[in-house]
Amino acid sequence: MIKAENVCYVYQIGMPFERQALKNINLEIDDGSLVAIIGHTGSGKSTLIQHFNALVKPTSGKIEIDGINVTSKDADLKLVRRKVGIVFQYPEHQLFEETVYKDIAFGPKNMGLSDEEIDRRVRESAKMLGIKEKHLEKSPFDLSGGQKRRVAIAGVLAMRPSVLILDEPTAGLDPKGRDDILEIIKKLHEKNEKMIIIFVSHSMEDVAKTAEKVIVMNEGHVEMMGTVDEVFSKSKKLQEIGLDVPQITRLTNKLKDAGYDLPDNIYTVEEAAEAIKKLAGGVRNV
Amino acid sequence: MFKDIIIGQYIPGNSPLHRMNAPIKIILTIFYIIILFFINNPISYLAFALYTFILVLVSKVPLKMILKGIRPMLWIFIFTAVVNLFMTPGETVWSIPIFKFTLNITSEGIIQGAKMLYRLFFLITGTSLLTLTTSPLQLTDGIETLLRPLSKIKVPSHEIAMMMTIAIRFIPTLAEETDKIMKAQTARGADFESGNIIRRAKAMVPLLIPLFVSAFRRADELATAMEARCYRGGMGRTKMKENKAGIIDLKGCTIFVIALLVLILLEILVEF
Ligand SMILES: Nc1ncnc2c1ncn2[C@@H]1O[C@H](COP(=O)(O)OP(=O)(O)OP(=O)(O)O)[C@@H](O)[C@H]1O
Ligand SMILES: [Mg+2]
Repeated sequence: MIKAENVCYVYQIGMPFERQALKNINLEIDDGSLVAIIGHTGSGKSTLIQHFNALVKPTSGKIEIDGINVTSKDADLKLVRRKVGIVFQYPEHQLFEETVYKDIAFGPKNMGLSDEEIDRRVRESAKMLGIKEKHLEKSPFDLSGGQKRRVAIAGVLAMRPSVLILDEPTAGLDPKGRDDILEIIKKLHEKNEKMIIIFVSHSMEDVAKTAEKVIVMNEGHVEMMGTVDEVFSKSKKLQEIGLDVPQITRLTNKLKDAGYDLPDNIYTVEEAAEAIKKLAGGVRNV
Repeated sequence: MFKDIIIGQYIPGNSPLHRMNAPIKIILTIFYIIILFFINNPISYLAFALYTFILVLVSKVPLKMILKGIRPMLWIFIFTAVVNLFMTPGETVWSIPIFKFTLNITSEGIIQGAKMLYRLFFLITGTSLLTLTTSPLQLTDGIETLLRPLSKIKVPSHEIAMMMTIAIRFIPTLAEETDKIMKAQTARGADFESGNIIRRAKAMVPLLIPLFVSAFRRADELATAMEARCYRGGMGRTKMKENKAGIIDLKGCTIFVIALLVLILLEILVEF
C-alpha cells in the first residue's frame, strides 16, 4: 500500500527558479490496483511518482510504502527501491550494456541475487515483455525504439517490484506499440494480484482502456481521484484543467445531447460500438 | 549536485550589468581576472572582494545563486588547498608523520593556499557573474565581435563563437540529463555513492554510456535543426540586434578604471 500525507515538494528551494511542484498531496493506493495518473504538462506527475521510491524526498509531509516510512532519515532506501520499480519517461535512454540480456540483468545483479536466479528472472521478464530469445544477445542499441523500451521495462520488472510505476510508457510509440505496452500492463496486472501498477499518461483513451482508478493532477495537487467512471463523468471539470474525456465519449455525449438514448459511461470505441448497435437494433424493431 | 552547476545559466534581469554591452563586459571580465592574479596585499584583497560584492549587489543576482555555483568546485578547492599547504617550501609550523615520511605544513604554504583559494573563488564568481547576466546569444555575439579582427588571419571567429555558445548552452542540459539518468539507474539499484574508488569508477559506466549516447544524439539533432534553418556559418550573416556600446558602458568602464586605479594605489602605497 502506498500512502502519502500532506506531501509538498519545492524545486530549487531559495533560488530565483524556485517552484512548488507538489502542494499538499494526500492519497492512498491499495495493493493490487491499477492506477493511471493524468494531468496537464507540468502538473507534477513525474515529481509525484519519484517520491514513491524516495528518489526525491518531500519538502514536507510523509510517504509510506507497505508501512515503511520512506521519509524518515533511517529508512532502508535500498529496500524501498527494490519494492518500488520506476520506469522513467523514455526509459530506452538509460540502456548501456553490451547485450539486452546484461541490461535486463543489471537490476537483479545489483540486488545481489545468484546467477541462476538472475537468469530465471531475465528470461521470465523478457518473455513477459515479448522480447524474443534471439534478441537477448543483441546490443540494445541495435533495436528499434519500441523494442528498446520493452527491454528497459523488462529491466525494472526483473527486480520483481511490488509496485511498478511507469512514466508515460506509451509516449512516442506508434499505435501498435502503444497497444502492446498497454496489453502488457494489463497482463501484468492480471498475473500479479498484489502488485500495484501506476502509469502516467496523456492519453485519455489509454487510461479508459487500461486503468481501474484514475488520479487527476492539476498544478501540483490532486484534483480528482476515483474510478474511470467517476472521473470521466466530470467532463466539464476535466476540460477546465486542460484535460478531456476520451474522444469517443465526447462523440457519445454529443449524440446524447442530440437525443439519442446512450448510456453515460462509454469510454472506449468497443463500448460505443456495442451501445450504438443496441440502440440501432432497438430502432429497427420499432 | 549536478543541478548546482551555474556556469552557462543566465538569469534574465534589467540591472546595469545586464544592460551593458557584451563585448565590453567580456573585456572587463578578462581584466578582472588579470587583476585578480596581480594583486598581492591584504588591503587590495579586501578592496577587490568589496568591489566584487558590490558588483553582485548591482547585478541583483541572488548571492545564494553564486555561492551555489561554487559548491561543485569544492573538490578542486580542497585539492588546491592541500597541494599548496604541503608542497610550498618554507618555515615549518607543523609536521605530520605518515609512515616513513613527514608532511610539513609551512607558514608560506598556509599563505599560498589561502591566496589560491581566494583567487579560485573570485575567478568563479567573476566569470559566473558574466554568464549569469549575459544571455548566451549576447555572449557569442560578444565573443564573435572580439574575435573578428582575427578572421583576417583566417581564424574562424564565427565558428569558434558558435561552438562556444553551444557548449555553454548545453552544460545545464547535460547536467539535467545526468541527473535523470542517475535517478533511473538508482531506481535499478545502481549505487553511485558507496564503495572504494574502483567500485565507484565502475558504477559510473551505467551513467556515462547513456550520457554519451544522448550527447551524440543531441548533437546530431541540433546539427539537423540548424541545417534545416539554413545555417551555413558566419559568411554574410547580419544581425537583427547590433550591439552598440552606450552611455551605460561608458559609465561601467569609468567605474572599472577608477576601481583599478584605487587598487594600484593600494598596492603601491600600502606596504606590508
Ligand atoms: N529539476 C527541476 N527543477 C526545477 N523545476 C522543476 C524540475 N523538474 C520539474 N520542475 C517543475 O516542476 C513542475 C512539475 O514537473 P513534473 O515534471 O512533475 O511535471 P509532469 O506533470 O510530469 O509534466 P509532463 O507531463 O510534462 O511530464 C513543473 O512546473 C516543472 O517546471
Ligand atoms: Mg513528466
